[in-house]
Amino acid sequence: MGEDILKGLKDRDPRGIARAISLVEENDPLTDRILSSLDDSLVDSALVLGITGPPGAGKSTLTDRIISRYRSQGRRVGVVAIDPTSPISGGAILGDRIRMMGHALDKDVIVRSMATRGRLGGLCAAAGAAVRIFAGSGCSVVIIETVGVGQSEMDIVRLADITVLVLAPGLGDDIQAMKAGLLEVADIVAVNKSDLEGAETLAMDIETIARGSTGDVEHPAKVCMTVASEGKGLDDLLQAIETVEAAHRKSGERRMRRDRAYDLEVLDWAVEMMKPSIIKRIESTDHDRKGDPRLLASKLLEQE
Amino acid sequence: MTDRKKHRVLIGKPGLDGHDRGAKFIARALRDAGFEVVYTGIRRTPEEIAAAAVQEDVSVVGLSSLSGAHLRLFPEVVKALAAAGAGDIPVLGGGVIPDEDIEQLRKEGIREVFTPGTPLERIIAAFRNACEEARGSL
Repeated sequence: MGEDILKGLKDRDPRGIARAISLVEENDPLTDRILSSLDDSLVDSALVLGITGPPGAGKSTLTDRIISRYRSQGRRVGVVAIDPTSPISGGAILGDRIRMMGHALDKDVIVRSMATRGRLGGLCAAAGAAVRIFAGSGCSVVIIETVGVGQSEMDIVRLADITVLVLAPGLGDDIQAMKAGLLEVADIVAVNKSDLEGAETLAMDIETIARGSTGDVEHPAKVCMTVASEGKGLDDLLQAIETVEAAHRKSGERRMRRDRAYDLEVLDWAVEMMKPSIIKRIESTDHDRKGDPRLLASKLLEQE
Repeated sequence: MTDRKKHRVLIGKPGLDGHDRGAKFIARALRDAGFEVVYTGIRRTPEEIAAAAVQEDVSVVGLSSLSGAHLRLFPEVVKALAAAGAGDIPVLGGGVIPDEDIEQLRKEGIREVFTPGTPLERIIAAFRNACEEARGSL
């Protein structure tokens, strides 16, 4: 079976690609061979676009429209759509695809839903691997779509070359608090559903925050107004992405982010690999579960 | 802890019937039982469902129909999966399905058929068994 998957991946067969992602996600023994079989130059040259924002802002619909734009340029597009795992049952409903089903029969659009699986770490490793597999299979654009809440989701965004934050008017007060933190990661802000009341105010608020209180932010996020459901504002958004990408390539920012993302993936894999042995050590250590858990942790880490 | 293998399934609604209460109910029940459920929404063609099942690498496809078109649409999904090189992915179906149609659906490759009276535990168990078998065959 392993050889079939490697061959399928090499032939860019949809099933081979999908199986390869599953195996890597489960840290299967074949993972090394899968990841090392990929063409580095393709991985290096692909545009990795992060799309994030609060639930209900229209991320999936916007992603759907962005896919159409890149497809009309003849580019092959991969999407990693991340949804939260229920902390209680460990299950997840992965519904981002619903808005992208218009591309289901296009062989050059690959969508993969991924659940956070409540992992401490491991998510960047898995999502990063999916990005690599897509890029290595000829996707010159890879989109990572994730809800912009919680630390693990925010970490994911750091895998992207460019991050688009999607907001919409009327999503409530929590967004206000979230905005500042989210804005730090955003290169571009799409004020979606901009035909709704409150869009102009929201855009002005963002411009103010993005520039910093004293106007000291070097590269404030560019704000685009969109109505994803009608395809409005997409020219502007795509243009903004292109401009930021060109600027980042020129300034070395892109290389810097890639390097940072690489280190993040290494760290995440390292933690994934260490986990089983640490769990084994915890289980095989005779301890009374009293006192300082941190002390025991450092003792266990010293055992080699 | 985190390396426990997850069962991935797809729930889809082929055809023009827009009533997705049953599909969503099953999707939520499966999530609550620990499955990762890819939900494709209403009004999908059999080919779209098959393509999604391949890309998402699910172990099982579950279909829902409340419109009476199950005899035509469920087997078409089985065929579309085979055409996509994924004929090994088992298909389960549920909905408002008269008893006399069940045998016919089974003959055409629907592994199990659930009707409104089927206990939820049986449905979840059927998905779990199908997932475990699919994994075992790898």
